[in-house]
Amino acid sequence: MDLTVEHKLKVYYYLRLTRACDDAILRLYKQGKMVGGAYTGNGNEATAVGSAFALEERDYLFPMHRDLGAHLVKGQTLRHIFLQQLGRAGSLTRGRDGTGHYADPALRIYGNVSHLAAMIPVAVGVALAVRMRKEDAVVLSYIGDGGCNVGDFHEGLNMAAVMKLPFILIIENNQFAYSTPTAKQHAADRLADRGAGYGIPGVTVDGTDVLAVYEVCRTAFARARRGEGPTLIESVSMRMHGHSASDDASYVPRALLDEWKGKDPLERYTRVLTEEGILDGARAAEIEGRIDREIEEAITAAMTDPNPAPEDAAEGVFAP
Amino acid sequence: MATMTYIEALARGMWEEMENDPSVFLIGEDIGAYGGAFKATKGFFQHFGADRVIDATLSEAAIVGASVGAALVGMRPVAEMQFADFVTCGFNQLVVNAAKTHYRWHLPLPMVVRLPTGGYIHGGPYHSASPEAWFFHVPGLKIVAPSTPYDAKGLMRSAIRDNNPVVFLEFKYLYRRIKGDVPDHPYTVEIGKGALRRPGSDITVITYGSTVHFTLEAAETLSREDGVEAMVVDLRSLAPLDRELILKVSRETGKVLIVHEDNLTGGIGGEIAALIADEAFSSLDAPVRRVGALDTPVPFSPPLEEYVLPDVQKILSAMRSLSRY
Repeated sequence: MDLTVEHKLKVYYYLRLTRACDDAILRLYKQGKMVGGAYTGNGNEATAVGSAFALEERDYLFPMHRDLGAHLVKGQTLRHIFLQQLGRAGSLTRGRDGTGHYADPALRIYGNVSHLAAMIPVAVGVALAVRMRKEDAVVLSYIGDGGCNVGDFHEGLNMAAVMKLPFILIIENNQFAYSTPTAKQHAADRLADRGAGYGIPGVTVDGTDVLAVYEVCRTAFARARRGEGPTLIESVSMRMHGHSASDDASYVPRALLDEWKGKDPLERYTRVLTEEGILDGARAAEIEGRIDREIEEAITAAMTDPNPAPEDAAEGVFAP
Repeated sequence: MATMTYIEALARGMWEEMENDPSVFLIGEDIGAYGGAFKATKGFFQHFGADRVIDATLSEAAIVGASVGAALVGMRPVAEMQFADFVTCGFNQLVVNAAKTHYRWHLPLPMVVRLPTGGYIHGGPYHSASPEAWFFHVPGLKIVAPSTPYDAKGLMRSAIRDNNPVVFLEFKYLYRRIKGDVPDHPYTVEIGKGALRRPGSDITVITYGSTVHFTLEAAETLSREDGVEAMVVDLRSLAPLDRELILKVSRETGKVLIVHEDNLTGGIGGEIAALIADEAFSSLDAPVRRVGALDTPVPFSPPLEEYVLPDVQKILSAMRSLSRY
């Protein structure tokens, strides 16, 4: 579909919501209210939101820890995001796992595990089931510039390519895998060039441009729906925060951060909408106010949810 | 009732479940038109077609991982590892993803991973693995280990119907060496239940897989030559263990020998011995003894392999020593 004004404002809402929600998670972390670590997607919002916005409700999403925006676009509620962060009884994993490590089959979201690339073959298996059952759906998954060097990347993508499965993989090339820069992860200039090795298209896109990401994904999803198989997309952006909230990222050159600050995905899109006359200060303030209220309500709801009963930990290893 | 080999019975179990349930499919290397390295899936491709008998790329991680994905959305994959040894390449998918899925996500994960297991075929260090202890330690995986054609079919049907990942040990040594009666009517063998293979009141031997047959042979010799009657128990399932049966048969004779083909250190026998020590100590008349392979890789040359793996003589000698304790 071509984006209407309403769609474009929705994209703006999700970009802004993602940024604000990440900020709130960091705030809770700093206040010592968070359980475990906190991971943000600051700098990656356009990739997460733009790609998920091109999905249909019936499609499957396998997001990573930088893809809060994709969770939200696919329909996840803020309440469940915070319940997961806080490990509460009412969370989607009932406190057994945290952050985005949940599954919500109703929304067709299957979260990541910490061995990020390990979910690539799993997502390929969903694409295989989709094909066997003749469903009209695609499966979208993500990996990083570090994770794409794990064997699962090759093994999963190759199987999907050979079987021409409706599978799309986005490499979020955000310049650093924890503290390791891309130059120490791969010798190739363009990670999208790997596509040729699997006999599939490999496309590089500016990962700070939400509309460009959306367009590239739309094309890739349409190809997958036609039965022509996977596409590898390299979305280039910058990880503006540390790997996690405990990482001050002092190894990242200041100049590099300054350079990418000028390409902030949210500001960039704000300028586009302002120039198109879709967004003005009043409208932006109204959306911001709405987002702040939604986040506060979600945090309050999550905070008042009870912790799981300790003895519940022994239950549910096996399915009945 | 038909008489069939162990491998024919396994295949029969898969075939019947595929006939019953369209969500069941097979995936593995060379399992299609070729019928698999051991021909376990001979004829399946021709009957069920390429969509349900999938020749996979050479990647255990992708085969097991794709099985996890398909199972997550309601399919019932049966994945073949060409040899149990190669499951190391799919280990991450089984341990990190499959085993933890229900605990974390409360979703069923009905999948079977078939492992042609064990030695006695001169396969050397990379075609003789007994991998059960690697998985036995992992919460969330079931493990079955049939020793007869009847159980091979019955456990295969149960494994495919189970809503959890099931590691299915198939003993290559038994594939075509043993035959048995297999009913035509639908039946299953419950996962988690062992079976008494030979009654006896003097000592108890607990075992599974190929060594069930060696133990039964040793028990006959022991009866003939020493007049000692050994009770022989076939565990059939390793996870969950049939704790109730293990404790019952241990208390009945007070002298227990555990036999497995896998090497001794960190093997399943150690856990069984600990269970007996914990809960049946007052019934014991002797220390719990174990027979297993030496703590070496399984070597290639026949005299070396025979030296390393348990056999009838080694089992007989341990039974004799225990009976005289």
